[in-house]
Amino acid sequence: MKEINVSRVIPVVKKLCIDSNYYASPDVVEKIEYFLEKEESPTARDILNLILENHKKAAEEQMPMCQDTGVAVVFVELGQDVHLIGGDFNEAINEGVRQGYQEGYLRKSMVDDPVIERKNTKDNTPALIYTEIVPGNSLKITVAPKGGGAENMSEVKMMKAADGIEGVKDFVVDRIKRSGGNPCPPVVVGVGIGGSFEQSALLAKKALLRPLNEKNPDPKWAAVEDEILERINKLGIGPQGLGGRTTALAVQILYKPCHIASMPVAVNVNCHAHRHLSAVID
Amino acid sequence: MSDEIKLQTPLTTEMLEGLNVGDKVLLSGTIYTARDAAHKRLVELLEAGKELPFDPVGAVIYYVGPAPARPGKPIGSAGPTTSYRMDPYAPALMDAGLKGMIGKGPRGQAVIDSMVKNKAVYFAAVGGAAVVTAQAVKEAKIIAYEDLGAEAIRELKVVDFPVFVANDTKGNDIYQIGVEKYKIDD
Repeated sequence: MKEINVSRVIPVVKKLCIDSNYYASPDVVEKIEYFLEKEESPTARDILNLILENHKKAAEEQMPMCQDTGVAVVFVELGQDVHLIGGDFNEAINEGVRQGYQEGYLRKSMVDDPVIERKNTKDNTPALIYTEIVPGNSLKITVAPKGGGAENMSEVKMMKAADGIEGVKDFVVDRIKRSGGNPCPPVVVGVGIGGSFEQSALLAKKALLRPLNEKNPDPKWAAVEDEILERINKLGIGPQGLGGRTTALAVQILYKPCHIASMPVAVNVNCHAHRHLSAVID
Repeated sequence: MSDEIKLQTPLTTEMLEGLNVGDKVLLSGTIYTARDAAHKRLVELLEAGKELPFDPVGAVIYYVGPAPARPGKPIGSAGPTTSYRMDPYAPALMDAGLKGMIGKGPRGQAVIDSMVKNKAVYFAAVGGAAVVTAQAVKEAKIIAYEDLGAEAIRELKVVDFPVFVANDTKGNDIYQIGVEKYKIDD
């Protein structure tokens, strides 16, 4: 049994919120540079270059690369041999978000009573916290700030087994086609398959966490991802939807078993900022 | 397409009629920020026959909710938000004289038709390039709806703010033309 005081969580979450917004992830930069080489549209090349210039300036100026600094999505992997002491763990995460968004000059984008009042909570809380119990005695925290524009282009579809893998591919491609320039392409496409209605959506979001330079470990699914990506990049949408070859940087799939009657498929779209950063407390 | 056209606000029909979709424009002068909540209030004012917090004739609205400014800076990161959410309000503002809108993502047909009728233009800024765009903002002050926080209406003084013409005064739409040009049919 290992004891971890929840007060240690606050500065870690704070730093993850700030750093994920200020510093573009190297795998994202690498992918954008890769597609820039191949891009045929002059406007698209202008845009991709502007995005890369923006990454550099964000780090230099200590400013968030995008003004939409997102909802604070927090994934926790809690080792089962850890005993959390010293207070409320979820509140510690929220305090880290509060401090990070305030002191990092990040935008507060959460509204409570989301239909009638839509009142800004003014500190970007509550965070969306997903905790998983895993073996071990450490605590891994990932903060993935998620912007609204891309999130709005996401969808869950309760498909039939008869739709098959071709049906899944068509649904994902069509979802991106219908999104056009709205989600800030070039996007990263997370796909969650199986589980249940709600689990497929969470899988799609988790699928976004895989580094962009890593292939799906299952060659069969890696081939599906490659094929969907190729089809998406033939749509012509391009960076910001102004036309071009670079509509998506990657397609990443996770699946789980599901009921014999079901085949839920979720698509979670991420913008080109594709922010996520992890830290381990042990 | 890479040649840059410089434009100074307030915008006039004469300045806009020569623009074509895909043109790269560097915009300078005064622009106003407004997004979802502010648009609702602006259109309510128009419907009530009241004055807007700024003169809409020849004006440009930028769809943005900036991040907070660091001390000594006029504004925080300030890239465009997705524009379709402002579609229900845009035609009424163009009828009142609005000449330019800056945002990201395609517009609905009613907005495009209103641009043709009112000789107005929709510019696409690069979503996510929010530090580059913030650096084109030299001054910023809140002129209305401070209670809306990031969504308050700000008057911005900009110099060489980088945008692309997405919809011109002739009804052309880069979100269709650009995609058609680079689409590959299987």
